[in-house]
Amino acid sequence: MAGAGGKNLNLKLKVWKQKGPNDSGHFLNYDANGISTDMSFLEMLDVMNEDLISNGQEPIEFDHDCREGICGTCSLVINGEPHGPDKGTTTCQLHMRRFKDGDTIAIEPFRAKAFPVIRDLIVDRSAFDRIIEAGGYISTNTGNAVDANAMPIGKAEADEAFNSAACIGCGACVAACKNASASLFTSAKLSHLAAIPQGQAERISRANSMVAQMDSEAFGACTNTGACEAACPKEISIENIAVMNREFAISSLKSRK
Amino acid sequence: MSKELSSNEPTGPIEERWQSHKFNMKLVNPANKTKHSVIIVGTGLAGASAASTLAELGYNVKSFCIQDSPRRAHSIAAQGGINAAKNYPNDGDSVFRLFYDTVKGGDFRSRESNVYRLAQVSNNIIDQCVAQGVPFAREYGGTLSNRSFGGAQVSRTFYAKGQTGQQLLLGAYAGMMKQSANKKIEIFARREMLDLVLVDGVARGITVRNLTTGEIESHSADAVLLCTGGYGNVFYLSTNAMNSNVTASWRCHKKGAYFANPCYTQIHPTCVPVSGDYQSKLTLMSESLRNDGRVWVPKEKGDKRHPNEIPENERDYYLERIYPSFGNLVPRDVASRQAKFRVDEGRGVGPTGVAVYLDFKSAIEKKGEAAIKDKYGNLFQMYEKITGENPYKVPMRIFPAVHYTMGGLWVDYNLQSSIPGLHVLGEANFSDHGSNRLGASALMQGLADGYFVIPYTLGNFIANTELADVDTNHEAFKKSKEKCEKSLQKLLDIKGTKSVDYFHKKLGHIMWEYVGMSRNATGLKKAIEEIPKLREEFWKDVRVLGENNFKNTELEKAGRVADFLELGELMARDALNREESCGGHFREEHQTPENEAKRNDEDFCHVSAWELKSEEKLDWVENKEPLKFEYVKLANRSYK
Ligand SMILES: Cc1cc2nc3c(=O)[nH]c(=O)nc-3n(C[C@H](O)[C@H](O)[C@H](O)COP(=O)(O)OP(=O)(O)OC[C@H]3O[C@@H](n4cnc5c(N)ncnc54)[C@H](O)[C@@H]3O)c2cc1C
Ligand code: FES
Repeated sequence: MAGAGGKNLNLKLKVWKQKGPNDSGHFLNYDANGISTDMSFLEMLDVMNEDLISNGQEPIEFDHDCREGICGTCSLVINGEPHGPDKGTTTCQLHMRRFKDGDTIAIEPFRAKAFPVIRDLIVDRSAFDRIIEAGGYISTNTGNAVDANAMPIGKAEADEAFNSAACIGCGACVAACKNASASLFTSAKLSHLAAIPQGQAERISRANSMVAQMDSEAFGACTNTGACEAACPKEISIENIAVMNREFAISSLKSRK
Repeated sequence: MSKELSSNEPTGPIEERWQSHKFNMKLVNPANKTKHSVIIVGTGLAGASAASTLAELGYNVKSFCIQDSPRRAHSIAAQGGINAAKNYPNDGDSVFRLFYDTVKGGDFRSRESNVYRLAQVSNNIIDQCVAQGVPFAREYGGTLSNRSFGGAQVSRTFYAKGQTGQQLLLGAYAGMMKQSANKKIEIFARREMLDLVLVDGVARGITVRNLTTGEIESHSADAVLLCTGGYGNVFYLSTNAMNSNVTASWRCHKKGAYFANPCYTQIHPTCVPVSGDYQSKLTLMSESLRNDGRVWVPKEKGDKRHPNEIPENERDYYLERIYPSFGNLVPRDVASRQAKFRVDEGRGVGPTGVAVYLDFKSAIEKKGEAAIKDKYGNLFQMYEKITGENPYKVPMRIFPAVHYTMGGLWVDYNLQSSIPGLHVLGEANFSDHGSNRLGASALMQGLADGYFVIPYTLGNFIANTELADVDTNHEAFKKSKEKCEKSLQKLLDIKGTKSVDYFHKKLGHIMWEYVGMSRNATGLKKAIEEIPKLREEFWKDVRVLGENNFKNTELEKAGRVADFLELGELMARDALNREESCGGHFREEHQTPENEAKRNDEDFCHVSAWELKSEEKLDWVENKEPLKFEYVKLANRSYK
């Protein structure tokens, strides 16, 4: 398994195995030997799986796709931290040079009532889609848009909108929160659309319906611990949650009238 | 028997063709649209834009994707940007120039009418995306920013940092979710299409596997749109997402859809080099970096000094030297080949010697680190995470990698394949990029197809076609379901000794060695010999553990690799058949004295659309669609 320039590690893995949402699940121990420090964390799991298959043992099921930190599919809790120890880094971008020879690494799924386990380390995050469905869009049908430069938007607002829109919807915020709250996710979309002129027309109804949907899923309430922001691989700011609370307050006031 | 294919493109002055075609096509009245259903496989830019637009028009859409949410389709990973002919910078751009650059960039192997239409609708795409709230980069005055990409001398690329694909896809996904709330789109995530169902020769549905439960499901509709992306993963290592595959296209090919120009593969010049044999994928460093980065290797062979210790006069900025007018911004095929030549000469860099430098030193000196960070921050960060090196201080090491496939299912001007009712959009079709795609044009094409082309042409198909009442109780659905169940069981029953990845890596090696950046008859013949052998071994000795009625990633991969093992052979055959070099297809036998691609317009100015003679046996006939160049004169491409 030699890499071009790296060293090799021998590691102990404690991996969560679970047959489905109704199975209680348990940890299984594995040895991962000769792991190059140049490997990514998921490549380490690939190598493990190849070994397991050649020994006739079931491979470990985990979710992943882009392996570039942008699709939001990968979703492991590594030694208790969603996406592992590196700040602003998804699991697929974490590299083994971060670990030491002899380390024990515990690998678990993102745990939350709203994210039932499908198998092993794979969870169901469709609750996020339902939150967006409740209003995370600007209603504009194809074909009736005006010229893109007709509406100037200052660089600062555009950058602010972008920073919130950069959320990859991975769910690390939920997994990191002791209440399993989806506030960071929901608020990032609300702030993105509240920051730009195109988002104004539906601003009131959007805050109302997205928050209502979030509350109707099995997510918990936000108690401002900041664990979500610390775990977020895209470093989405917790200030978004303050924006959400403001948007929601205005929308409740207006809808009460 | 080989056929000559008709593109069904309109005639007349090129600038009027799409307009007059739109007028001549039949319409479906609004009330009738709600009686029709459409299956859309794939939720990348092509699939998501088509789904939301068709649903807005009233059609009942069923949308399918492999990922757990439509928002995670591979398009999300596109970095650099999207082209449009807005000419906001006032630097001489126009619809005609975008058309011209794309035809020339594609090395005269695309259909002029399609490319012109693409350039025409490009501007609407930007308007549409801005209306959806896509946060494109902007100037201080509030207008949209542009940057340059390869193969163009104007700045026409719109971008959102290095995350353009993400922002565009989230825009289209948001549109989909709105229509899902309206009950006009039903979303089936974690589903994999395994078969196309034909009734009376018309595409009327699909058979899919529910990847969570393993259940095989049937779905019927009035038409099927395939938006399933490219097949670069046939090489094992590519910049594509891990789940990108050819299965949907290939199963349609087996049902009679022609596969066009399979050998046209794009090797992207700027990717993070391979570091070891465990490598699972390659990471792109966006082409936009060539706006500010300079590509070089040491002048001396085998110079092992640290790059920062090699003085200016001992560096060879070879792209600037060979192509003074385009410099670092030559098209991808040219930049990739030149990098390969440098490595073959023994001037490659880094621990493996299989890389060249992409250096930002002069840009940082000129513009400051903050400006560079603002433009490319996330790319630099990504590079550092992978390599452990800081590209603000040390030049990036890059090398070409498989990135995009220009080939795909053959479609006519209406995006309809050779199977009535089956339409193909986005990277999955072959249509607009010829033998080489220009940077930032895939996003443009995917969204053009989905937002602005298919809404018209699909209506025309539906209005003109007598569609019998068909549902999933039809015999054809049952048969297809049984066939899929059997073939999955067959994979599980082999109980061999080698993993799916073992075969995929071996195939990738053959493809890269013989059907990669540079090809010759001897190598291609070898590939045509080796691939069937590997395929045979696969069907005897692959080991797929686990069950069929449960989430089983190995089983999913096995089906995809089985298809790649067939596609690989067709790619090699197509490459051997095409006795010329054009764009990304470089045949060593056909090059100029300066090692540039040498086309053979006399014999190969056509699309090769391969037809399988029967579903059971791999035996192909080549159908041809002749290409005419009326507006951009066939000429040798020059970027000097
Ligand atoms: C790293 C990277 C960066 C890029 N950057 C740029 C750029 O800056 N500019 C640019 O123009 N282009 C870029 N490209 C190219 C561009 O991203 C793609 O060509 C484009 O996004 C393809 O879009 P698509 O809609 O055709 O397919 P995809 O986005 O690939 O979507 C395919 C969809 O089909 C589904 N699917 C596939 N098979 C099946 C099946 N059997 N059953 C069910 N569903 C299936 C998938 O789940 C997915 O939803 C880049 C590509 C890469 C790899
Ligand atoms: S696999 Fe896409 S973000 Fe990790």
